[in-house]
Amino acid sequence: MEETKELFEIVGPEDAADINSNQSESITFLQDVVRRFKKNKAGVVCLIILGLLIVGSIVCPYITGRNISDQDLANTNLGMFQNGYIFGTDNLGRDMFSRVWYGTRISLTIALAAVLIGLCIGAVYGGISGYFGGKVDSIMMRIVDIIIAIPYLLVVILLMIILRPGVGTLILAYAAVGWTEMARLVRGEIMKLKESEYVLASRVLGASPWHIIFYSLLPNTLSVIIVELTLTIPSAIFTESFLSYIGIGVQIPLASLGTLASEGIASFQMYPHRLIIPAAFLCITMLTFNLLGDALRDVLDPKLRK
Amino acid sequence: MKKYLAKRLLLSFLTLWVLITITFFMMHLLPGDPFIGEKPISDVAKEALYAKYGLDQPLPVQYIRYIGNVLQGDLGESMVYKGKAVTSMIAQAFPFSLDLGIRALVFALTGGVFLGIVAALNNGKKLDTTVMILAALGISVPSFILGAVLQYLLGICLSGWTQGMWGFRMFPISGWNTEMDKIIPSFVLGFGTLATISRLTRTSFLDVIGLDYVKTAKAKGLPKRKIVVRHMLRNAISPVLTILGPLTAALLTGAFVVENIFNIPGLGKFFVSSIQSNDYMMIAGTTLFYGTFIVLANFLVDILYVVVDPNVKLAGGKE
Repeated sequence: MEETKELFEIVGPEDAADINSNQSESITFLQDVVRRFKKNKAGVVCLIILGLLIVGSIVCPYITGRNISDQDLANTNLGMFQNGYIFGTDNLGRDMFSRVWYGTRISLTIALAAVLIGLCIGAVYGGISGYFGGKVDSIMMRIVDIIIAIPYLLVVILLMIILRPGVGTLILAYAAVGWTEMARLVRGEIMKLKESEYVLASRVLGASPWHIIFYSLLPNTLSVIIVELTLTIPSAIFTESFLSYIGIGVQIPLASLGTLASEGIASFQMYPHRLIIPAAFLCITMLTFNLLGDALRDVLDPKLRK
Repeated sequence: MKKYLAKRLLLSFLTLWVLITITFFMMHLLPGDPFIGEKPISDVAKEALYAKYGLDQPLPVQYIRYIGNVLQGDLGESMVYKGKAVTSMIAQAFPFSLDLGIRALVFALTGGVFLGIVAALNNGKKLDTTVMILAALGISVPSFILGAVLQYLLGICLSGWTQGMWGFRMFPISGWNTEMDKIIPSFVLGFGTLATISRLTRTSFLDVIGLDYVKTAKAKGLPKRKIVVRHMLRNAISPVLTILGPLTAALLTGAFVVENIFNIPGLGKFFVSSIQSNDYMMIAGTTLFYGTFIVLANFLVDILYVVVDPNVKLAGGKE
């Protein structure tokens, strides 16, 4: 049989292209995280609620045009939706709508600032401790052990008594004790990472320890840091509201969710909405941060991947 | 083991020393003069008072004296309740707090471990979701809000209703006398801890649930209850034990709020009122007492941890 051209067919290019298209594109870690985060319904919902809370706390205190300390003495103790006051007024005739949103802003600001400062201290401390190891590490970690062994609330209370109560003091006091957990976590991660080849490579190339810690190691602990950050914020919010509740937190004329809730408790039986609204804001904020932290952990932690 | 114990003990003492130092310097950093009252006093009287309390001495001498006093159990006198020693006030108030704390801890531990196991065994089902929502609520609702709401709903509404119907109050709203008084406060104090424990138990149970030894136990036909209690719980419980120390601390500080809301004459209530009335001696003394208690609790938990879980590698050995 003569071999003619017709006996052969090309199986090539089109199918080959198909095979290539079956392979998924290579995606970066961030894209992967975003893709998996989108699948996590609880996480997305939390992120949306949180976004609303943040935007609301920036915008809403101005909507009614009434300042948080403005008193309308003709309209004290109003219920919800009376005389154009959406959340009613308190016993001094102040607009609860402005106050609650403003309180959310103060609570969020304190929590975020305190946690971020704690993060900076903790990451640097943990980074140094983990990278250098040995004696430096033992001494630094024993110091952390000692600080952790003292209940943080006691230290915060002592600091608040010495310094004058206020927003700045609250941030400082929480940050002063809140960094230890972060330091421990970062140190653990760095201990694991510092034996990697890429760290060896940059050491061989003559990078200084600082360069390795800040440019090679810390960025790779980001996922742990982010999860811890999200889960620490509720604790900071709780501390702020607790201190405000016992009277050494945010001082008048400012208001936080904690002060509003404790004011609400005083008049709870007569005007339940005055406790329920700030309490709901407080709980929702803490709940969303907690659930977001859980969701982020599922998404970011490589060990949990299936 | 000995080396480990010695190390933990040393660390505990260091912690206490740091705490004493902090409280000492707190007292000295405070603004104002302790002897300036409503009536102005003469310089001679002032000097005499300074000499009496040793405030004319240089700071290091005062510091060493302070440590000496604390070691002898002398925490000074209350500045608001004149003539009452801080230690006697602590001794009077602490039993109430301890009672409340133990009730809350027992409630949180049993309830938390139970719920955690139930959730893990029903992983992914509705029961699991329910428990996890409950736990998320538990760590998100501050105790002062939960306390106020329950006090209103159960203490006032429900009890008012039972009084109207059958002539007895179900839950009193304050005080610490009958067993009924103690239910709501213990629940409120323990709820957050319960949530933490149930989350932790669930996670560590899920870790062991697929392990070979559990399959072996199942394969040899053991009843499910036996597998859970004898085999899985023993291996899954150690993470819960590790956080017992911090949890005790959380319960103690949580009692600040609960004792205030429910008017329980415990140490937490005293502590908060001494903060509000600037009774610095009382604040310092109570802080030291709380600190010592926590350090002791942590130390005991560390020992317990090693005893219960033979897998634990002692950090004192090598690192």
